[in-house]
Amino acid sequence: MSDLTTIREEVLPSLTKAATLAELEELRVAVLGKKGRLTELMKSLGAMSPEERKSFGQELNVLKEEITAAFTERKSFLEAEAINERLKNETIDVTLPPRPFVQGRIHPVSQVTEELLAIFSQMGFKLAEGPDIEDDWHNFEALNFPKSHPARQMQATFFMKDGGGDILRTHTSPVQVRTMESQDLPIRIVAPGRTYRCDYDMTHTPMFHQIEGLVIDKSTNMGHLKGCLIDVFKAFFEVDDVPVRFRPSFFPFTEPSAEMDIGCSRENGEFKIAKGKGWMEVLGCGMVHPNVLKASGINPDEYQGFAFGFGIDRMAMLKYGIPDLRTFFEGDIRRLKHYGFIPLDIPAMNIGLSLNGGIKR
Amino acid sequence: MKLTLNWLKEYIDTEATLDEITAKLTDIGLEVEEVSNPAAALKDFIIAEIKEVNDHPNADKLHILKVDTGTEVLQIVCGAPNVHVGLKGVLARPGVIVPISGETLKVGKIRGVESFGMMCSARELKLGEDHNGILDLETDAPLGTSFAKVLGEDPLIDINVTPNRPDCFGVLGVARDLSAAGIGTFKDTAATPVKGSFLSPIKVNLSPSGCAIFTGRYIRGVKNCASPQWLQDRLNAVGLRPISALVDVTNYLNIGRCRPLHVFDATKIKGDIEVRYAKEGEKLITLDEKEHTLTADMTVIADAEEVLSLAGIMGGEKSGVSDDTTDVFLESAWFEPMNIAATGRALNIESDSRTRFERGVDAASAVPDNEIATRLILELCGGEASEIVIAGKEPHWQREITFRPQRVNELCGVDVSKAEAEKILTALGFTVNGDKVTPSSWRPDIEGEADLVEEVMRIYGYDKLPALSMISGEMPKVLLTPRQKKEISARRALAERGGFQAITWSFMSSEKAKLFGSKGVMLGNPIASDLDEMRPSLLPNLIDAAKRNADRGYPNTALFEVGPQFTGAKPGEQEAMASIVRMGKNHSRHWLDAEREADVFDVKEDAIAALAAIDAPISGLQVFRTAPSYYHPGRSGALCLGKNVLAYFGELHPNVLKAMDVKERVVAAEVFLDKVPAKELKNKNQKTVLMSAFQPLSRDFAFIMDTGIDAEKVLKTAKNVDKNLIADVQVFDLYEGERLGEGKKSLAIEVTIQPQEKTLTDAEIEDISARIVNAVKAATGAELRS
Repeated sequence: MSDLTTIREEVLPSLTKAATLAELEELRVAVLGKKGRLTELMKSLGAMSPEERKSFGQELNVLKEEITAAFTERKSFLEAEAINERLKNETIDVTLPPRPFVQGRIHPVSQVTEELLAIFSQMGFKLAEGPDIEDDWHNFEALNFPKSHPARQMQATFFMKDGGGDILRTHTSPVQVRTMESQDLPIRIVAPGRTYRCDYDMTHTPMFHQIEGLVIDKSTNMGHLKGCLIDVFKAFFEVDDVPVRFRPSFFPFTEPSAEMDIGCSRENGEFKIAKGKGWMEVLGCGMVHPNVLKASGINPDEYQGFAFGFGIDRMAMLKYGIPDLRTFFEGDIRRLKHYGFIPLDIPAMNIGLSLNGGIKR
Repeated sequence: MKLTLNWLKEYIDTEATLDEITAKLTDIGLEVEEVSNPAAALKDFIIAEIKEVNDHPNADKLHILKVDTGTEVLQIVCGAPNVHVGLKGVLARPGVIVPISGETLKVGKIRGVESFGMMCSARELKLGEDHNGILDLETDAPLGTSFAKVLGEDPLIDINVTPNRPDCFGVLGVARDLSAAGIGTFKDTAATPVKGSFLSPIKVNLSPSGCAIFTGRYIRGVKNCASPQWLQDRLNAVGLRPISALVDVTNYLNIGRCRPLHVFDATKIKGDIEVRYAKEGEKLITLDEKEHTLTADMTVIADAEEVLSLAGIMGGEKSGVSDDTTDVFLESAWFEPMNIAATGRALNIESDSRTRFERGVDAASAVPDNEIATRLILELCGGEASEIVIAGKEPHWQREITFRPQRVNELCGVDVSKAEAEKILTALGFTVNGDKVTPSSWRPDIEGEADLVEEVMRIYGYDKLPALSMISGEMPKVLLTPRQKKEISARRALAERGGFQAITWSFMSSEKAKLFGSKGVMLGNPIASDLDEMRPSLLPNLIDAAKRNADRGYPNTALFEVGPQFTGAKPGEQEAMASIVRMGKNHSRHWLDAEREADVFDVKEDAIAALAAIDAPISGLQVFRTAPSYYHPGRSGALCLGKNVLAYFGELHPNVLKAMDVKERVVAAEVFLDKVPAKELKNKNQKTVLMSAFQPLSRDFAFIMDTGIDAEKVLKTAKNVDKNLIADVQVFDLYEGERLGEGKKSLAIEVTIQPQEKTLTDAEIEDISARIVNAVKAATGAELRS
């Protein structure tokens, strides 16, 4: 009996005094370890009479639980203390900047091209493409620009030196011809790409970007052309309504031909889609000229359709308020960083067309 | 095409306002670019009369005038030669804005004499080009009257005429279109023949020459005076300088009726008129005093001795009329548009006449316009006209086009009745006969039914076009072409790695192209001498851009571009590239990560990242130490699939950078998007994931070997020791230094072993390790570092 009392009186206070987890563990081993004082007493139970064993065993268990509980409590306390101590020593200045991260940019012209592709793909348009260096046939002749016709002067053309009449394409329209020559009917395509004209001033660069559209089937008419373009510009500018005006115009490869203006305002340099504030010419379009269909081997009595083409650079400028066309092609890091788009900003119709990728850094 | 409201009203009766007229013009395809009212700017200018002319004491050519404004007499210093007492002119008083300069006039002191205003020339008021003297007005208006009132309100309308509408290069044609669209009543007085009183002494011989009809008229005894005010006003208003009655008449018909004419001084014509092709090498000095050498495909008007004028483009200097001209020979003809265009382009001559002939002047108007011009010359200059001389006949312009009114609905989605369509076509001057339409002689652009549909639709009104949404058919399977898809993915991958996408010109300087493997794809007419070759590589433009940024204080750049480079001058001889240039540090100084120069391994990863983004099988890529000569020979390589080079990467050659005036090291990568094989889309199912129940373990090996040994060889050799168990091999250390001796390096690799079926015993692990050591040793001569 007195053994247990001694142990209780000795062990419990020493547990609460243990200053470190190591000290505490030492104490635990001394009492509860393989050769600990209580363990030794446990071992002595075997030699006792049944009654003695029962009563001493009970007392022994009570004490063991008591000591275990005290030990656990002290251990938790010391652990908590140790963590507190560690926390105190590990404080850092979290206001310091994190590791460097260079976030790249997508050029506005590419971004806007992808936006347009997202819109057109919703309307069932496939993509087509053609070469930058073109022959006379695809750029002019098959598009009903006869040689020496003044209409050719509408487009200041770059000629290849000793190129046998090959040129840098002046518009994306040759892709119309290439598509009609190679694809099965019906056709519904758009073709974005680089185009070139020998012009360089405030509003012209010798290289720029266009997107061409072509629909050929048996029933598409000019009303669809108008509706399609209104739908496209509504989606592109992300507005409920876009006022448009169709004006008769002339392009050798469409008949009837039209130019489309959109209603807009420009106040303090800011462009806004608006009704009754003025018009801005944005594109040329029309019904594909029978001569063009014929040149591509399509029977104009059976098939018809529309074509349009417009400048992508200009659309980027209008939508995102970028002031000067010429700066698009300078690779100025300050402008790219400011006007460019972050890699996660992938245009898609299902999540809202633009500015989806979070915040620029 | 510039015309004025009053001129327009010569051909239509209308009460429509200026706004209604200009809005309608734009609606029917005659886009109004600008409407201006020159008179409005001149309301503060007044009529004043010169009362006294005195010589300036300090200048020979200046005069001191006393000018009466009706309320006061002002002293004005004036340099015009035509000043005289009694001249009524236009006075600008201090405070008015002078149109030509846009500046406010002030009281001035000219050579010591004060001047309280300025007597104005036509040019100073932007009323014309004349600056030879001050305006000399014949006006009854009281002194002090606003000049705007005297000038009359005649707004100027500038129309953007499309190349298919030669008729609208005449005020008459514009008026006809307007009246067809419901503005006013068209009025054109039919030309009545002038009865000649003698036979023209000059005959016309027409040989095959690109001229269908040539009409002439000899008029003798004319007096070439100044034109009357109304005619001068007409011409001035549209920016043409009145010259003399004979010349002004031709300009009046040119602008008014789209009828280019020419008037020869008949006394300078030797023998008869020959309309023919030029002889190769024949020379002509044109009215603008330039000498041209002609070729045998150019149409000329000649006499028995020499070329007199370049048909339909510009007259010759010698045979032109002057103030002393008494006898003239009038020409009204029709020339082949293509021929005129080709000649004009070859000789680089722009003229109002060429603009009209090359687009197609009314095929039936040579004779009637000759009559109208003759009448006007007789009226203004007097004289006596011969019988008309006609050679050739008007070109065949009559053609029948089948027109089905329902085609308007089929092509435009608008229902226009047969009667409405016929009314429109008739108003435009076309002849409708059942379902056959004959376009008028002044509309060479109308070739087929689609053109007639446009005519009906544009007059009926494009505003009536419905807006029909596209009917979505079956969804196409793939929307992007493989190349476009690759371009988008490569772009995002490089931006993801911190690259900034630039778009640079497709052309560059041939000088620099030589450094980058020029393919000699030259432009015949470059916009600038340093943009004369199609780029053989995207790198030089990107390096230039990076240098510009560095010069502006932004030295650390990763600029990339996705676009074409050119391998030849034929369509299709181009490659789609994704190329990146890194210059300067990988990032700016930072307390955690030390800055370092962007290096070869940055751009190598750029190339791999772009290739991975476009589904190139990157695990099968091999690296070769070969790259084009513009790379540093020891610091560049190629990423290849077999013999197929998918990308180059490396540091640029110091000589190339020196030639481009770049002092820093530059690293770059070029990815050939087209060379990556298209990924098969057939099976979307992924292979089943392999998850071993046993933990992977790793072993490190450090080898000492010759510095020239490829690390890739060590990695591949180790990997191939047991493809089943060895999951990965990585280089974790590279050391070259004195301790190893000259020409040696230490390469340390970590091999990850993934047991598949059971835990490996120590002996088995030892066995693999030994095999790795032996294999690397055998392949590279390396020794395990102890």
